[in-house]
Amino acid sequence: MPLRDETGPYFGEFGGRFVPESLIKALDELSEAWELAKVDPGFHAELDELNRSYTGRPSIITEVPRFARHAGDARIILKREDLNHTGSHKINNVLGQAILTKRIGKTRVIAETGAGQHGVATATAAALFGLDCVIYMGEVDTERQALNVARMRLLGAEVVPVKAGSRTLKDAINEALRDWVTNVETTNYIFGTVAGPHPFPSMVRDLQKVIGDEARAQVLELTGRLPDAVAACVGGGSNAMGIFHAFLDDPSVALYGFEAGGEGTDTPRTAATITLGRAGVLHGARSLLLQDDDGQTLESHSISAGLDYPGVGPEHAWLASIGRAQYRAVTDAEAMDALRLLSRTEGIIPAIESSHALAGALALGRELGSDATILVSLSGRGDKDMETAGRYFDLIDHDAVQS
Amino acid sequence: MSERDAAGGIHSVAPVIERRTRDARGALVGYLPAGFPDLATSIDAAVALAHNGVDVIELGLPYSDPVMDGAVIQAATQQALSGGFRLTHGFEAVREITRQAAVPVLVMTYWNPVLQYGVDRFADDLAAAGGSGLITPDLIPDEAEPWLSASERVGLDRVFLAAPSSSDARLAQAVSASRGFVYAVSTMGITGARSDVDAAARSLVARLRDAGCTSTCVGLGISSAAQVAEVLEYADGAIVGSALVKALADGGVERVAEVAAALAEGTHLTN
Repeated sequence: MPLRDETGPYFGEFGGRFVPESLIKALDELSEAWELAKVDPGFHAELDELNRSYTGRPSIITEVPRFARHAGDARIILKREDLNHTGSHKINNVLGQAILTKRIGKTRVIAETGAGQHGVATATAAALFGLDCVIYMGEVDTERQALNVARMRLLGAEVVPVKAGSRTLKDAINEALRDWVTNVETTNYIFGTVAGPHPFPSMVRDLQKVIGDEARAQVLELTGRLPDAVAACVGGGSNAMGIFHAFLDDPSVALYGFEAGGEGTDTPRTAATITLGRAGVLHGARSLLLQDDDGQTLESHSISAGLDYPGVGPEHAWLASIGRAQYRAVTDAEAMDALRLLSRTEGIIPAIESSHALAGALALGRELGSDATILVSLSGRGDKDMETAGRYFDLIDHDAVQS
Repeated sequence: MSERDAAGGIHSVAPVIERRTRDARGALVGYLPAGFPDLATSIDAAVALAHNGVDVIELGLPYSDPVMDGAVIQAATQQALSGGFRLTHGFEAVREITRQAAVPVLVMTYWNPVLQYGVDRFADDLAAAGGSGLITPDLIPDEAEPWLSASERVGLDRVFLAAPSSSDARLAQAVSASRGFVYAVSTMGITGARSDVDAAARSLVARLRDAGCTSTCVGLGISSAAQVAEVLEYADGAIVGSALVKALADGGVERVAEVAAALAEGTHLTN
């Protein structure tokens, strides 16, 4: 069977549903609604129209030769998800799930968010569709992504800072699951990544695969052939699955996921789940995760709130296990250097998340050489990261009077 | 010692619950997390429950990501983990509680700790410690094959959850997969005291009976003797968690013993 045809609930030994019984009915309902929507031309027409006239799809590709000089002069092509409405690929998934929410007759949506990209996208869709919206966000993340908190509130969403556990994305997911268990009659959980219980991994991937479908055709048109490698950052892994999916059955195309190495994979301050993790269950699915001997989830670290997650989607764990995709860790420092390099060579400020893919592509280009073409998922823009970058590069005039 | 089942050695909670449905309104199941506020006190507290009218101990193993737990239990299990709780402490607690009191102990655990310890090894060590079985809040029978066979081999109870939203087919599946009792989730939600135990519990228990269930305990939201008595009108047992954890946090072993004794009033036929 072609790799592209895998629909879950299992991807090899990964996936499934490890959730309280109280959620099974809602997951069944969602699975059924999604299977119907997939074959319903009306659903696709509505989504395609929103993609075109609201998100701004198709997103363009941009070749970046000045950046590529630092990557062994390989040909580097960016898929510009940063230009989407709301600033990242997250809107692709959210619009599909918002339409689905309407179809199953629910009036309230909840979501988790790390960097705030998925939260902003969900708040945006809730505003567009007239849905009540609550976003759970770890307290640490509400502090480092304060501007996105303000954006969500301006859009009419309630943002709940989660104070439990490590106070980051994983705890925001726990809290959202608790809300869902309690309010499942009226509430749909718009999950932001390709993790979680079935049907989320395959449903979110299907809603993100437009990235790879477009990019594959665009690169073919530009270069006359398929790229040699596709690079994407991986936290939960939604932009990566989105761009990988179109290429899964193209054996000449190497797939690379770049995880957040944090301060280094030889330190405990890392989020490199596939590089360092073991198989286990977290947030409803069997996948790889960072955990201790007792199966307690370890606190992850990344300078990027969106990649600061100790788990990963089950399809990535499977692609790693069968060797179809390779996963490497990129440190905070390497990602920040790549962020600055793309800004200065090409005038494009990437999100810190996406900068992990860029840093990975720099090394990959030097390995593959100047004949290689590398397609990079530029999953989001860096506006939300200006405070972090400003501090990191000491760009802010501390004595300046704010007017 | 409490009853031993035909398989020999391991004591199922089923006969204890059955006896209480004859001698009283039904059974009182009391939850406390191992290692809170520290291991020794958690053992003392569980023994105190047994001496104050609690018929079955539900011993929780602290876990980093407890999605079924409300604020009170989250805070307690977080504190236990910060205090250095290890899974081996859980077995130690089971051994000590069952040595000091004639009470069956069911361990409540999220699935990943069992998976990492090794499902068969966990079953063996739990049985060796004198535990009765497992309550698994995030393991549905559909995903439970390794645990079904390990618990079958060792003769441990396995308690699956049934929810008001469960289909009839899923209730039947929970009934046939469970041994000991079926955990009827009283309301759509997570752990935590509630002033009203949902009417949904009554209809859920009726549906479980229709599915052939002979033993079901109702949990989530029960915090008073009156609620215990009300639940025992239709169920075989009432499960109390957050109210006990809060008592232990506020007033130590002495306070949790008082609260347990007060809750046990709800099981008395004379009330």
